Amino acid sequence: MAKRINPLMLQRIVKAQLWSLTGFTIGILFFIIFFISIKGLPQITLEFLTSNPVDMGRSGGIFSTIVCTLYLIFVSLMIAMPLGVGAAIYLTEYTRESRLTHIIRFGTECLAGIPSIIMGLFGFAFFVMALGLGWSILSGGMTMSIMLLPTIIRTTEESIKAVPYELREVSFSLGVTRWQTVTKVVLPSALPGIVTGIVLGIARCIEETAVIIFTVGSSLRLPESFFDSGRTMAVHFYILAREGISMPNAYGTAAILILSILFINLSAYYLARQFLKKIC
Amino acid sequence: MAAKIVVKDLSFSYNHQRVLSAVNLMVEADSILGIMGPAKSGKTTLLRIFNRLCDLIPHVRIEGEVFLDGENILRPGLNVDRLRKRVGMVFDKPVPLPRSIFENLAYGPRLHGIKDKKRLEELVERSLRLAQLWDEVKDRLNESAMKLSGGQQQRLCIARTLAMEPEVILLDEPTYGLDPISTLKIEQTLQSLKESYTIVLVSNNTWQVARTTDNVAFLLMGELIEYGSTHEIFTVPKDKRTDDYISGRFG
Amino acid sequence: MKEKLIEKTLMLLAFSAIGALLLMAVFIFKEGMPIIFKVGIKNFLFSTHWAPTKGHFGVSSMIVSSLFVTIGAMIIGVPLALACAITLAEFAPQRVTVILKPTIELLAGIPSVVYGFLGVVLLVPLIRDYLGGPGLSLLAASIILAIMILPTITSISIDAIKAVPYSYKEGSLALGATHWQTIRMVILKAARSGIITAIILGMARAIGETMAVIMVAGNALRLPQSPLSPVRTLTSNIALEMGYAAGDHRAALFATGIVLFVFIMVFNVSANIITKRWRRE
Ligand SMILES: Nc1ncnc2c1ncn2[C@@H]1O[C@H](COP(=O)(O)OP(=O)(O)O)[C@@H](O)[C@H]1O
Ligand SMILES: [Mg+2]
Repeated sequence: MAKRINPLMLQRIVKAQLWSLTGFTIGILFFIIFFISIKGLPQITLEFLTSNPVDMGRSGGIFSTIVCTLYLIFVSLMIAMPLGVGAAIYLTEYTRESRLTHIIRFGTECLAGIPSIIMGLFGFAFFVMALGLGWSILSGGMTMSIMLLPTIIRTTEESIKAVPYELREVSFSLGVTRWQTVTKVVLPSALPGIVTGIVLGIARCIEETAVIIFTVGSSLRLPESFFDSGRTMAVHFYILAREGISMPNAYGTAAILILSILFINLSAYYLARQFLKKIC
Repeated sequence: MAAKIVVKDLSFSYNHQRVLSAVNLMVEADSILGIMGPAKSGKTTLLRIFNRLCDLIPHVRIEGEVFLDGENILRPGLNVDRLRKRVGMVFDKPVPLPRSIFENLAYGPRLHGIKDKKRLEELVERSLRLAQLWDEVKDRLNESAMKLSGGQQQRLCIARTLAMEPEVILLDEPTYGLDPISTLKIEQTLQSLKESYTIVLVSNNTWQVARTTDNVAFLLMGELIEYGSTHEIFTVPKDKRTDDYISGRFG
Repeated sequence: MKEKLIEKTLMLLAFSAIGALLLMAVFIFKEGMPIIFKVGIKNFLFSTHWAPTKGHFGVSSMIVSSLFVTIGAMIIGVPLALACAITLAEFAPQRVTVILKPTIELLAGIPSVVYGFLGVVLLVPLIRDYLGGPGLSLLAASIILAIMILPTITSISIDAIKAVPYSYKEGSLALGATHWQTIRMVILKAARSGIITAIILGMARAIGETMAVIMVAGNALRLPQSPLSPVRTLTSNIALEMGYAAGDHRAALFATGIVLFVFIMVFNVSANIITKRWRRE
């Protein structure tokens, strides 16, 4: 049998290996961001951002897809926010832990695990076909809002739980009702945490593709109302890249996608830090 | 004197753990009742029953009756928000709401429907004066209440309760952990308030009870051992345990 | 009165997530079950013959592909993720961890289409040139998925490792074990359920991923012969054909969704059970 390696020696080797694997992984992240930025940033001009795609996106810009993305974010949040925040308020302020809350939590967790393709199928069968909304920003927004619900519920719940109990007691002792206490004391203190959830939801709307193709469609026209079909940036990028329509425009769109996600994640992170600082 | 609060055979338990047993007690109107007793004897619990803050805790059990001006406040269906507006509470730890001094005071009245700015300003000034805090904060009403010192925060909490114009004020060891000057100011405040308010003061500080109260209740392990005028209890206590407690032979 | 109304409304809202989940299950099953019964469960699950326009609906090659792609992703991704998690939770200074953990979590935010695209322009040519085959392959899909699930597994594992009580570590170090021995024998053991949960959630993410896989997997309708063969997963099958499917064909795609749904539910429920045990420990 070979001589046993000295444990300290072994530790040094393992440590070196683990560090290099970690370096490799983090290297991939930076590589992805740099690669897309180097290829894509030169494409981004004011004109690229403000003109509509021409000839299926072979030339022109991405204006209509930006508008469509913004509409989609708006609709999704307008639905998901009240539902998610309301659910979180109920779970934290209006009930005690019980079988019921366990079931609700379990359902919410399962919903979080549903892959987007199934969401897409459902959105298509239910909103597009059964409700007859057709491919539209409204169909897509409603489907997306279901996808965002678990995140918004969880982040809101966590930030509400972090609000000191004494504040509620003070408010109740002043004869203030539960709902007024929630809106005047609890929610303002929990706001940064709630905003974090919303910001993550925005990121999800920007990056999602499968759900959108099935529910919003891929029309390149500038959407005029929520009942119009449209094409978000991510879908546009997918079609440009997959059909090989225009590599420069694909890189440009990818760069915008990554930059906006980066920006949004950083602001979510920043807000969460602010929140921690405030409650500590 | 008229009885403001009457407690009849009041028992209370958390999770089957009995904390108050068959307490009978009376709080006279426009006076200060002191409640004293060693830690964990149920003082805070008793106070929280008076404005039904005990409702917030799961698995509690209340028996007996508590009358406020002749109305049983333990009866189901009672509007607790209205009760809490009449019976204000100051906690042992000062808890300012995370907003400005002015907003802390205006919080309650505003939610009870006082919208008029002038009226609110008057109310805030009057409450702060009563709590002897006005001179210290009158120039910075819009600053965060978190910036005040501990003693100032506690007086702010008293003022916040006063701004509700309650009938009864409950104070749970309000000077716990405060410096002697703040403590003195609070005691003075209480003395001046009893003209027009009924006050229940829980305190672990025997001297404070002797100095400020009119009547005293002595609680021990959830039992009311003795109840009477402050003068009597501190000069001729009937129960040996009361005597032991007052003379400091107790924990 | 108003308060009661508010409470009831909020309760209704609390059920929104579970309501949506049920509605979704109902709709997908309603659309997909009839065709499964029509062709027979056995035929549907075990036949490799998928020619929907000619009435053949066998999804077994897709099930196998989905599983292989997922397993491949786990083989590549789990060691990397655990290496990151151990390094960041145990070796890296606190300062470094607070920066690197969110950085890794950021990887999860990159759109899957961008991963797929990078796979096509960078990875696929490499595979084609150095390993042979068409490049678009099971291997390419596994590598891209591995990178995509790294953040999830790493982040949850870090939390699990950090949740191990400090006293365990102290006890082991006091007995003269090295830091690495302590990690291997004590910490990883104590954090086991958390790490397993992380891995299961990563698997669920991998088997459900669609856009990136469509772009790099080649989408051929065959049982995979080697890691270099092009494959079509359950998810890509739905996304590729949904655009033009009608009638039985569309129903069969919903049926494919049912199969996926069942896989995901199994993963989720097991993750949930293990997490519960982890909390109890
Ligand atoms: N929220 C609660 N849940 C369970 N038991 C409690 C709670 N609050 C107080 N108790 C128990 O009730 C008893 C009396 O407490 P308390 O009324 O706070 O006494 P005091 O204020 O005299 O110190 C103590 O034994 C305490 O442990
Ligand atoms: Mg107490």
